[in-house]
Amino acid sequence: MSQQEKDLLQVKNLKTGFYIEGELHHAVADVSFEVKPKEVVCIVGESGCGKSVMSLSIMQLLPELISKISDGQIFFEGEDLVQKNDREMNKIRGKEIGMIFQEPMTALNPVFTIGYQLQEVLFNHTTMSKKEARERSIELMKEVGISRPEKIIDEYPHQLSGGMRQRVMIAMAIALHPKLLIADEPTTALDVTVQAQILELLKDIQDKEDMAIMLITHDLGVVAEVADKVVVMYAGQVVEDAEVNELFANPKHPYTTSLLGSIPKMDQEQDRLNTIGGIVPSLENMPHVGCRFADRCPMAFEDCKKVTPQLASVNGQHQARCLLNKECYPADHPEHKEAISQ
Amino acid sequence: MLKYSLRRILGMIPMLFLISIVVFSLAKLMPGDALGGEIDPLNTDPEYIEEMREKLGYNDPIVVQYFDWVTGFVQGDFGQSVKYKMDVSDLILEKLPNTIFLGMMSLLITYVLALIMGIYAGRKPYTVGDHLIGGLNYLGLAIPSFVAAIFAIYFFSFQLNWFPSNGSVDIMVQEGTLDYWLSRLHHVILPAIVLGALSTASYTQFLRNDIIDNSRRDFVRTARAKGTSRSKIYNVHILRNSIIPLVTFLGFDIVSIIGGAVITETIFTYPGIGQLFVNSVSSRDYSVVMAITMMFSCLVLVGNLIADILYGIVDPRIRLD
Repeated sequence: MSQQEKDLLQVKNLKTGFYIEGELHHAVADVSFEVKPKEVVCIVGESGCGKSVMSLSIMQLLPELISKISDGQIFFEGEDLVQKNDREMNKIRGKEIGMIFQEPMTALNPVFTIGYQLQEVLFNHTTMSKKEARERSIELMKEVGISRPEKIIDEYPHQLSGGMRQRVMIAMAIALHPKLLIADEPTTALDVTVQAQILELLKDIQDKEDMAIMLITHDLGVVAEVADKVVVMYAGQVVEDAEVNELFANPKHPYTTSLLGSIPKMDQEQDRLNTIGGIVPSLENMPHVGCRFADRCPMAFEDCKKVTPQLASVNGQHQARCLLNKECYPADHPEHKEAISQ
Repeated sequence: MLKYSLRRILGMIPMLFLISIVVFSLAKLMPGDALGGEIDPLNTDPEYIEEMREKLGYNDPIVVQYFDWVTGFVQGDFGQSVKYKMDVSDLILEKLPNTIFLGMMSLLITYVLALIMGIYAGRKPYTVGDHLIGGLNYLGLAIPSFVAAIFAIYFFSFQLNWFPSNGSVDIMVQEGTLDYWLSRLHHVILPAIVLGALSTASYTQFLRNDIIDNSRRDFVRTARAKGTSRSKIYNVHILRNSIIPLVTFLGFDIVSIIGGAVITETIFTYPGIGQLFVNSVSSRDYSVVMAITMMFSCLVLVGNLIADILYGIVDPRIRLD
C-alpha cells in the first residue's frame, strides 16, 4: 500500500493563487500535510495566512476566474482532486468530504426551509424517496442535538439561532457519513458557551462516525482539546507540523512559540497580553527570499533574510521550517550538510 | 394576512379622499367645458347651451359640484359622458378588455424577455453576451415609445405588411369565432411588442445584478459543498432569491395592465383606456377623465398592497401582521 492510499488526504506542495491586477499572487504557497483516517488535524495560524484558501482548494470551492490552483496535488484516497472537473468533484463534495463554514448566519439559503436544505444533500447523492429523506433529516437533526426536529424541519434559517444553524450545517455535512469533515473555524462566529457545545458535538460525532476531521482554527485552546496533529501555517506555508503533545511541549518554530506565548495563562498574574508584533505580509508584499516570518521573529538572525528555509523533519514526525534547525537549510547549503553528517 | 390587508385597505380611504380633491380640482382647472366644443355658431342657440350648463350643474358653486360628484362616485355612479352620451362605467367597461389584453400581452413579452436575458447575463456577467444584452436594454430604455411605435408601424405594417397598423380587431370577423380571437391577437402583437420590449431594461438589469450578487453569497458555497450541480444552484438557489425584488414590480404592473398605455394606444388607434383618456381630456369630458384618474389612483394603491402581500408570500423572512 502506498503512502497516498494509507493517508486519507495528502496535500502535496499545494500552491493556490489569486489574480491581483492580472498577476497571480499565491495565498497558499507550498503547503504539504497528511490526514490519516479518523485523525483530527488542526490547522492553526493567524488571519490571512491561507488556512481557508487551502481548505477551499481541497473542495475546489474557490471563486473561479480570480483564483487558481497553480501547482501541487491533493490526494484523497489516492485520487488527485486537482485533476477532477466540477462534475467529478460534485460526487465527492457532500458525500466523501463534508464541510462546515465559519459563518452559520449566512451559510444557509434564507428562502428555503431547513428540511429542504438538509434533504438536498441526500437527494444529490442517493436515490432516497421524499419520505425517507425527511425521516433521515429528522434523525440527523436529533443526532446533532436539535430539539423538536419535527418542527424545525419546516422552519426557515432566520427562525434559528447561530448555534442552531451551525448544528444544521453539521447535520448536512455528516449526512452521508463522509470520511473527512473540513471545519473552517466553525465556532468563531458563535458565543463562548455555544462554541464549547459545538466542539463537544464535533468530537462526539467524530467518535461515533469514525471520520477524520480537519479543523481550521486560531484558538489554541481548542487545539489542545481536540487535535491529534497540528499543522501551523504562516503566510501561505506550513511552518510546523507535529503531533499535538509534541508541539505544545517542544515547538521548533518561533512563530509557534509566539502563538503559544500569546495564550493568557490562568495561573499567572499578567498585566499585558503577549502579542506578536506586526501583521502577516500581504500577498503583494510577500518576501521572495528568506524566511517569511523573519521581520516579526524575535529570534531572527542574519541568514533568515538570505536563506529560504525548507520544511524538514527535526524530530521524527515533527517537521518545521526554521533555520534555527540546521536540517531546514536548503540541501545544497553547507549548514545542511553539516546537520546531516552529525 | 387578512387583517393586514384590511388595515391597509382602511388606510386607503383618507388617501383616496385627498386624491379625489386633487383630481376634481385638476379637472375643473382645465379651460372650457364639454359643451364648449359642441357650439356651432350657425345653428346652436347659446341660450340652449346655457340651459344645458345649468342643468348639468356646471354653474353650481364648486363645492356643491364636488360633493355631487363624490356622492355619486361612492355609490358607483360615475356620471354620464357628455361626448359619448353613455354611462361612464359602461364606457370604461367597454374599453377595459382591450386594454387588459394589450397589457397582459406586453407584460408577458417583458417578463419572458427579461427572464431570459437577465438569467443569461447574470450567469455570464462581463462577457460579450452580457454587454450585448446591456446595450440592447439601454437602447430600449432610451428610445421613446412613440418613436418606436411609429417606426414599427412604418416597417411592419406599411413596408412588410405583417401586422395591421390600427384597431383591435378586423371588422369583418364574427365575434366569438376562432378567427375573431386570431384577429385580435394579430392586432395586439405589434403594440404589445413595442410596449413590452421597451420596458425590459429595468427588469433585466435588476435580475442580472441580483443574480450576480446572490452568486457570491455564502449559501451558494454551502450548496456547492453539498455537491449540488451548478445549474441547480443557479436555477433554484439563486433564482429563488433573485425573484424576490422582481415581485415588487409585479404589483405596479397591475396598474399598467389596466391603466393602459396612453401614448402607444393612441398611436396604434387601439381602442383602450389610454386612448379614451386622451380623447376625453381633449374634449373636456370631465366625468370620464375624473373616473379614469380615480381608477388609476385606486390601482396604484391596490398595486402597492398586492406587491407587499406578494413580498410576504415569496420571502419567508417577511411576515405581514
